[in-house]
Amino acid sequence: MINKLWIFFIVSGSLFLIINGKADVLNTQILSSGKTTLDLIIQIFPLLAIWLGIMNIAKKSGLLDKASKFISPLLSKIFPEIPKGHESIGLISSNIIANLFGLGNAATPFGLKAMESMQKLNKEKDTASRSMITFLVINTCGVTLVPTTIISLRMMHDSTDPTSIVVPCIIVTFISLFIGLIIDRIFARRYK
Amino acid sequence: MRLLSNLFIPVLVLIVIIYGARKKIDVYDSFIEGAKEGLPMVLNMFPPLLAMIFGINIFTNSGLIDEVFRFLKPIFYLINVPLEILPIAVMRPLSGSFGLALLNDMYTLHGADNYLSILASIIQGSSDTTLYIITLYFGTIGIKKIKYALWAGLLADLMTVILSLFIVPLFF
Repeated sequence: MINKLWIFFIVSGSLFLIINGKADVLNTQILSSGKTTLDLIIQIFPLLAIWLGIMNIAKKSGLLDKASKFISPLLSKIFPEIPKGHESIGLISSNIIANLFGLGNAATPFGLKAMESMQKLNKEKDTASRSMITFLVINTCGVTLVPTTIISLRMMHDSTDPTSIVVPCIIVTFISLFIGLIIDRIFARRYK
Repeated sequence: MRLLSNLFIPVLVLIVIIYGARKKIDVYDSFIEGAKEGLPMVLNMFPPLLAMIFGINIFTNSGLIDEVFRFLKPIFYLINVPLEILPIAVMRPLSGSFGLALLNDMYTLHGADNYLSILASIIQGSSDTTLYIITLYFGTIGIKKIKYALWAGLLADLMTVILSLFIVPLFF
């Protein structure tokens, strides 16, 4: 799937640029994407290391297990494949909570650890498990209470009420999360 | 809300460290051991991200999308969907920074409090970069067969756009 999409992006984009005589744009794009990726990784890496450190303390002290037990009843309905009290539940909930508070860079390490721990439960290591996809759908819905980037962009553009978008955002995001989870469940049944 | 967001991280860090100290584990060593995992994670992350950014950059900067929108314009006017929000709706799942750049353009062109700008903001704010998330999470742990993940993610994004078109008029 990703393979086809990737080919489509590159072939269609490149041909369109060449036909329009913009080979220079194409050259820049080809040569600059390594730098763009590295910049992104350099942004992610330090925060990732810090959160992985903090998270390991929470894991070693048993705090993560405690948090998992607390939130387990709700999440086990959404993730029926994960055994009760498994560490993934704690990591998944940490990721969701960090996202809710608009802390994207804290949410990513939790999410990566959650995926790693779901991978331990996964029987086919190269294939996404049902819980992994459910977790992914929750993340792609961008569940957040404060869309901080957009609010600051609105402030930059002298909006009279920069936070006016917050409530409709929350409503849209939660309904689409709900529908997203239903879509995910329908897909999961069909793929069995 | 902002105060709550600002306090969240410090309080969380304090709770974790104090709890660890009370359970008498070596908090310092645990931190180092955890932080060490960051490097292999980043190394696993780099190749899939590079591939995706490579493809997305060529596609988004080609101008092909603009051409397609020009072609679609009459159809969208027929079903009463403002065409201006279409680029954001389509690009949002593909590239976070591109979506934000489009939003910035809209604010400059129409002003931040314009109805279309607000609609675009809510689409941008209520979803996330699906393709990036799939690449980041599945790429890092080495998942190759993603099954229906992309479809489920994109369908949820489409839902966000449709819901925004219905819900935003109720507020503005």
